[in-house]
Amino acid sequence: MENRLKALREEALSKIETTSTLDVLNELRVAYLGKKGELTALLKGMKDLSAEERPKFGQMVNEVREALEVKLDEVKDKLSKAALELQLKTEVIDVTLPAKKKNLGHRHPNNIVLEEVENIFVGMGYEVVDGPEVEYDYYNFEALNIPANHPAKDEQDTFYINNEIVLRTQTSPVQARVMEKGKLPIRMIAPGRVYRSDEVDATHSPCFHQIEGLVIDKNVTFADLKGTLAEFAKKLFGEQTKVKFRPHHFPFTEPSAEVDVTCFKCGGKGCRMCKGSGWIEILGCGMVHPHVLEMSGIDPEEYQGFAFGVGLERITLLKYEIDDMRLLYENDVRFLKQF
Amino acid sequence: MNTPLSWIKAYVPGLDVTAQEYTDAMTLTGTKVEGFVQMDKNLDKIVVGEILSIERHPDANKLIVCQVSIGSETIQIVTGAPNVKVGDKVPVVLDGGKVAGGHSGEPLPEDGIKIKKGKLRGIESCGMMCSIEELGSSRDMYPDAPEDGIYILPADVEVGSDAIELLGLHDTVFEYEITSNRVDCYSVLGIAREAAVTFGKEYVPPVVKETGNNEDVNDYISVEVKDTDLCSRYCARVVKNIKIAPSPEWMQRRLAACGIRPINNIVDITNYVMEEYGQPMHAFDLDLIEGKKIVVRRAEDGEKFVTLDGQERTMDSDVLMICDANKAVGIAGIMGGENSKITDDVTTMLFEAACFDGTNIRLSSKRVGLRTDASGKFEKGLDPNNAEAAINRACQLIEELGAGEVVGGMVDVYGKKKEAITVPFDASKVNKLLGTDIPEEDMLKIFERLELVIDADKKNITVPTWRQDIERPADIAEEVARFFGYDKIPATLPTGEATTGGVSFEYNVQHTAMDIAEFYGFCEAMTYSFESPKVFDKLLIKEDSPLRSTVVITNPLGEDFSIMRTTTLNGMLTSLAMNYNHRNKNVRLYEVGRVYIPKAQPVTELPDERVQLTLGMYGDGDFFDMKGVVEDFLEKIGVTGRIVYDAKSGKEYLHPGRQANIIYKNTVIGYIGEVHPTVLNNYDIGEKAYVAVLDMPNIYPIANYDRLYKGVAKYPAVTRDISMVMPKEIMVGQIEDIIENKGGKIMESYKLFDIYEGEQIQTGYKSVAYSITFRAPDRTLEEKDVTEAMNRILKALAGIGIELRQ
Repeated sequence: MENRLKALREEALSKIETTSTLDVLNELRVAYLGKKGELTALLKGMKDLSAEERPKFGQMVNEVREALEVKLDEVKDKLSKAALELQLKTEVIDVTLPAKKKNLGHRHPNNIVLEEVENIFVGMGYEVVDGPEVEYDYYNFEALNIPANHPAKDEQDTFYINNEIVLRTQTSPVQARVMEKGKLPIRMIAPGRVYRSDEVDATHSPCFHQIEGLVIDKNVTFADLKGTLAEFAKKLFGEQTKVKFRPHHFPFTEPSAEVDVTCFKCGGKGCRMCKGSGWIEILGCGMVHPHVLEMSGIDPEEYQGFAFGVGLERITLLKYEIDDMRLLYENDVRFLKQF
Repeated sequence: MNTPLSWIKAYVPGLDVTAQEYTDAMTLTGTKVEGFVQMDKNLDKIVVGEILSIERHPDANKLIVCQVSIGSETIQIVTGAPNVKVGDKVPVVLDGGKVAGGHSGEPLPEDGIKIKKGKLRGIESCGMMCSIEELGSSRDMYPDAPEDGIYILPADVEVGSDAIELLGLHDTVFEYEITSNRVDCYSVLGIAREAAVTFGKEYVPPVVKETGNNEDVNDYISVEVKDTDLCSRYCARVVKNIKIAPSPEWMQRRLAACGIRPINNIVDITNYVMEEYGQPMHAFDLDLIEGKKIVVRRAEDGEKFVTLDGQERTMDSDVLMICDANKAVGIAGIMGGENSKITDDVTTMLFEAACFDGTNIRLSSKRVGLRTDASGKFEKGLDPNNAEAAINRACQLIEELGAGEVVGGMVDVYGKKKEAITVPFDASKVNKLLGTDIPEEDMLKIFERLELVIDADKKNITVPTWRQDIERPADIAEEVARFFGYDKIPATLPTGEATTGGVSFEYNVQHTAMDIAEFYGFCEAMTYSFESPKVFDKLLIKEDSPLRSTVVITNPLGEDFSIMRTTTLNGMLTSLAMNYNHRNKNVRLYEVGRVYIPKAQPVTELPDERVQLTLGMYGDGDFFDMKGVVEDFLEKIGVTGRIVYDAKSGKEYLHPGRQANIIYKNTVIGYIGEVHPTVLNNYDIGEKAYVAVLDMPNIYPIANYDRLYKGVAKYPAVTRDISMVMPKEIMVGQIEDIIENKGGKIMESYKLFDIYEGEQIQTGYKSVAYSITFRAPDRTLEEKDVTEAMNRILKALAGIGIELRQ
């Protein structure tokens, strides 16, 4: 019996060692270690042995079993790895084949810029507010210190619905509407459509967008206006951007200024975009005129503030180097998909 | 407004700056320089030459060979100019020099034209004699220049000297953008005053001496102003024994640099003073004024008048006229009449310097359809005190130029004299507004230079009448800021009460819509808010449709932009059509934009501005793709209930069998459909197109971004499939209604999994199969629970004629 056990061990180990597939390996496991396997059969034959021999022989059988199991596991591990390697080899793909893309839509360049502007000001504690586009003459002009027959009314080429109602020529009427509510302090921006009777061409549109800004508090200064817009310009056009304030005149602010930023194409050296000056005009602003505050029921002795107005299209055109404003309203997808 | 630097320097003698320095500094104190032209930019090596001899060119009929002395030497020049003769002094550009342009006056090249020694038909030419066009100007500006020939300089100029200097071309002309509040800066003196303060130099205005003979102007003319509201001041002086002649060179040069053509001494003096003082003046031939009288009155309605340009124009009763005893002789502030204009035969003339109401002149000029240099100045609202200064300056020039004999005295009709106002001043308030720490004495220095007079206790400032823009302390603060320097004011951020900022709920809903639309491949479009009333016909909209009630623009850019839109479809379809026309495939566009719905007609209050989400597409995709976009959007904004699609939506512009109102809890929140083939045809879209429009004001109230975790299902679900046969006309929505209503609380979800028409199904019928899932959150369902629910559903289905498929 001992000899048979030894022979079995040698034969089994050799067969397991040379097995090349997992299936055969499994068959061998069953053939030797299974319930009807050879080792089990030997164990069953133990009953013919003497009582002294039995434990010894039992121990030997167990040793053989253990040896076979270790071997089986070892070979199984080796074969599994080989099989996985083979599988991975056959699954190689051409990673340079075209992607399967979802054909995403694109936001209008005007709105991409607007959202940037909104994020900048919301981050500084401003509320984004809205106002009507078809507006009372009062809010569009009178409440902004532009009385009847003021030349600015002609300059702005207003579309009229009737004597009292106009298409707003600026987003500034939202200022008056917000101030009138009397909830102070105010920090707001009001983006929206405005209208002026300019014929459509490469640089004009009768319908375009402005972003109005207004801050009213007890100690808001011209220096704060400068700091705020400098911050805005840096965030929108890049950290290296500088701003220049030039005195100007608007009926609803005093003092007033126009603001230039260093040309974002040449950085201020002078190029075709900035017509060689190194500067690009982007907005008008100023300290809210005390009479405007008074008309909205705010005491100019107690409160002061600043306002600014940005032409959205102007920034969009400059930022993306779009050479014709009409493209913004044509909605050709070959244009829109570039943004 | 243009001024040459030389003219500014005449009143600011200490001014010594480059053109760029001037531009930058003036712009930063508020007199914005738009640009400048250096008149000698491309003029180099141009001297006075004297023609010593002229010979014919041996080989060219039209050329002559001149020996020209340039002082240091004599050079040979070949020219084709017909007008030169021996002894003439001419501008000569030497070898290696430069001229500004060609002789025919074509647009000037950017870098000028280089002149080199060369041969003309074999004869050496060492330079070129110049025409006025080659020097970069024109006969308009140099009236003495010959047509098509060399410019001949005066006989007394020194040979070899700088010809450009002699022609007054070593000068720079600045163009300004003057803001409408700074009326005083529409004049050379106003700008010079600003320049003096800007550069800290002395301002030296012309000294106007008393003029006139011993006669009394009142013996020549009387003035009556009937409409004092429109004419606050009328000054008149008389000049006799007029000798019309060209004005002197210096005056011509200054006018030419401002872009004004020199004509003769009288016209030039009028224009000169208008530029210098910003006060328009008019000269009448006094012999043509009847009754020795000027009357200023409103015109009659329909009154005809012939202006000095020979045009007959029609007046109305808001137009102010200058009249004599019998007739109108000029439109006040706009243009004089042909019947009284100055001619070369004039002997006695009446000078007028008046102050008219700016608004009236602006509106009159618009209505009459005539805008002149004078009206352009008047309409800004002039300082009446300036009129007297200007007319006296003009008379001084008349005397200085020997253009006539000025009669003593001035007729001055000046009702209520405009007085200087006072404005309170408090240095600390100025600093509080500006956020600065400017010492009071620095402010006072600025005021002094600006001729703003501070009182003894430094509490009030007297503002000269020409500074009409200064009315209150904020205006004073601006003066301080301008000359302290906007660039020196610190840049700080607002302090004070913190605000949270943010966007509105509506804004978030709109942006969710935009995100979903873009996820589905829709690009954002922007279209005009106004359109043509013809779009309603194009969209087949019925005559009595409320959509045809619009907000109408009374002064539109044309019919195509004349009404505010009440539907966004035209914009969308126009954009789709443009893409179709450009052969773009599979186009999907969306727009978040407003419609403007009038509350009543006629429009007396603001319309209801409603934001619409408009989706439009052609190419890949159909009605149900569009429906998917709508439903994913609604799901994203938390609309969880059942969306009902009512096919009886009655939209004329949509396919009658492929459209629906989108309804949520009995409110129509939008519509969806395939565009009607006729409409597609009207827009030249050659493919099926689909649109969906959501009315956002009806969406905001049902949107909700709040979510609550409900736990995942613990107990198993039971699923039952039913297969039905039913008439084609029955919409599956009806089945879903029944499942929703009859399924009970345990009905969790349902799903259409098959729909079939054709073989094995009776004609006119379709087969539809649904899978319905039941589940209870708290227990395992029993067979009878599900059976009861299914029985309720089947019974209801049978009620509308739907049978289970056998």
